[in-house]
Amino acid sequence: MNYNIILAGVGGQGGLSVSVLIANAALTAGFQVKQSEVHGMSQRGGEVVAHLRIADYEIQSPTIPKGAADLILAFEPLEALRYLPWLSASRGMVVSSLTPIRNFSAYPDTAEVVAEIKNLPNYRILDAETIARQAGNVKAANICLLGAAADLLPLKADSLRKQIELYFSAKGEAMVMANLKAFDEGRNKYGA
Amino acid sequence: MPDFVFSGDEAIARGAIDSGVSAAFAYPGTPSTEIMEFLQAHWDEYKATLSDEERAFVVAQWCSNEKTAYEAALGVSFVGRRAMVSMKHVGLNVAMDPFINSALVKINGGLVIVVADDPGMFSSQNEQDSRILADFAHIPCFEPSDQQEAYAMVRDAFAYSEIHEIPVLLRITTRLAHARAQIQVSPGMAPRALKKCSDPTAWTLMPGFARPRWRLLLKKYERFRADGEELAKLELRDKALGVITCGIGLKYYLENEDDWAALHGDKRPSHLHIDRYPLGRDKIQDLSNYVSKILVIEEGYPYIEREIVGTFDAPLPVLGKLSGDLSLSGELTADSVRLALGLAPLEALAASSIELPSRPPQFCQGCPHGDSFNALKAALQDEAEFLTTSDIGCYALAALPPYNAVESCVDMGASIGMARGASCVGQKNAVAVIGDSTFYHSGMTNLLDAVAHRSKLTLLILDNSTTGMTGAQPTISPGSRMKTLIEGLGVEAAHIRELEAHRKSHDINVAAIREELTYDGVSVIILKRECLEYLKKVRQQ
Repeated sequence: MNYNIILAGVGGQGGLSVSVLIANAALTAGFQVKQSEVHGMSQRGGEVVAHLRIADYEIQSPTIPKGAADLILAFEPLEALRYLPWLSASRGMVVSSLTPIRNFSAYPDTAEVVAEIKNLPNYRILDAETIARQAGNVKAANICLLGAAADLLPLKADSLRKQIELYFSAKGEAMVMANLKAFDEGRNKYGA
Repeated sequence: MPDFVFSGDEAIARGAIDSGVSAAFAYPGTPSTEIMEFLQAHWDEYKATLSDEERAFVVAQWCSNEKTAYEAALGVSFVGRRAMVSMKHVGLNVAMDPFINSALVKINGGLVIVVADDPGMFSSQNEQDSRILADFAHIPCFEPSDQQEAYAMVRDAFAYSEIHEIPVLLRITTRLAHARAQIQVSPGMAPRALKKCSDPTAWTLMPGFARPRWRLLLKKYERFRADGEELAKLELRDKALGVITCGIGLKYYLENEDDWAALHGDKRPSHLHIDRYPLGRDKIQDLSNYVSKILVIEEGYPYIEREIVGTFDAPLPVLGKLSGDLSLSGELTADSVRLALGLAPLEALAASSIELPSRPPQFCQGCPHGDSFNALKAALQDEAEFLTTSDIGCYALAALPPYNAVESCVDMGASIGMARGASCVGQKNAVAVIGDSTFYHSGMTNLLDAVAHRSKLTLLILDNSTTGMTGAQPTISPGSRMKTLIEGLGVEAAHIRELEAHRKSHDINVAAIREELTYDGVSVIILKRECLEYLKKVRQQ
């Protein structure tokens, strides 16, 4: 078994946190894990991408080869499109937020970006931001997207919930509840 | 021992702790920063394992720059204890003087230098390959291929350093530094006892003493070569292709090996993996006698490839970066290695049909630098002639739209030297822009030159109380002493201005910059306000 995830977003969206959460759940389930991310200048409001590889055998490359990703989990729709060449033609799925972050002038037309995602063979697109806001914290949009992808992962939803609790416990009960709710709402929408 | 999930940087830091390191020194620089961050975060835990008298004499410190870090490490080695110094690749340029000369001294306590190269320039100005600098210095270089090896190699490097009385350079690259994997750790060692080197002439590199040390080093270097040769792993398998790997190149090769075998009747290429330099020759020669073609997979410059091309008894094609089978620039990937192995790409989705412009990095919302550059631009608005040099840090982003406010970013401290040089030969309105951490690192000596020669120069120090770009590490000196420091360097008090880098002070700041531009001497304008990342970090602690 191997499962490769590209987590794509913009600096500050919490993409790396989701990567850590999934990785911890995978380790707990006894899988091997390799995770690759980039720090430094590229993080300042620019693109942030993490590669997460899960397998039941020794993983070699720390990054996912092109055509080998099972899932692009995108916290921003334009960023979803950026990594399409990494997605497996036969089994790749894009789970993306609907909300663009238009923080540069050359950003294409939003409708065009969304239409491009909807042209893909396998996609799930959701307004994670609104769902998260209704769940109690707009910042939980990343966890909502994780929920929407939960049934695709080789992990039990309960083990992800457990990791969410652990991860946010230092930030207080309200934060844990909002994130769990956002996760469950994401699952209800798609990943149940 | 349980598994830990560590990045390469963290594995190295843990390796140092488990080697009984007495002192670690560093200056922040991507992708090496997390080594010291991990050490500092776990230092109390480490100290708790030590005896009462040991506990007072272990340190993990940020330093002014890589040179001061390196020299402090040399002192630790002289008195018999283990030291590690870590930096990014261009940091080794700053530490080049102690680095090269430390090959000649009689290392006492183990000295390990960790250098993180940045192929692909994720957060750097070049792709220089530290293996070549190790060779230049005649210092042995170890190169791990994953996090587990990185951990183990730190321990091996300390031992090797002490046995052979030589510093050891551990070379890693961005992907290894920042990727995480499970590693197993071994029981820790206690720090070595304080025991000064009994042979001070071996540390006194005056010509008379240095000559025999150099002759000894030349002899030792061949020993290092033989040791590296012994550890290189050679498997003679299929004759059609011999693959030479080193560092993380191994992982990209292994990612594709099964697919190669599937296309070649289940045979696998012959394979030589090298993890220590200087480069041994015998196994490369054995491989070349056995196969009809060689592919070299190495991250960074074509260092091995250049060493071996044309050296074989019979003509033999060598594929790699010089041959164009892999790219000379950028980092290796499993994909580029796949193509070089002659394999078809995996079946992937097509790229998006709409154009995807890259998302430029930019200042955080409310960053003080933005306000400083707005003031600078307004002050220069009516000037026909000006030069704005800048430096290494977040503020170099002002070279991009929407600011387009600075015209250079070359190396740590260069903004001041360049503005001074340009001003000396007639450039009007020469303005240098530097951050506080970079100023302490390498700006102060340039400012001293400007004072000594009464250069006409306006220096903006963007003092945000931290080393921001690398994730808000503390600066070596507090901002409260900045003005005194600059006065001490000889800048006239009347031309040192302390201002707040804030929108609401815009008019005052613009007026102050304009006034100082007219001054026929050295002016320093300190624009102060804390970095937002730094404030976030402080609040979290």
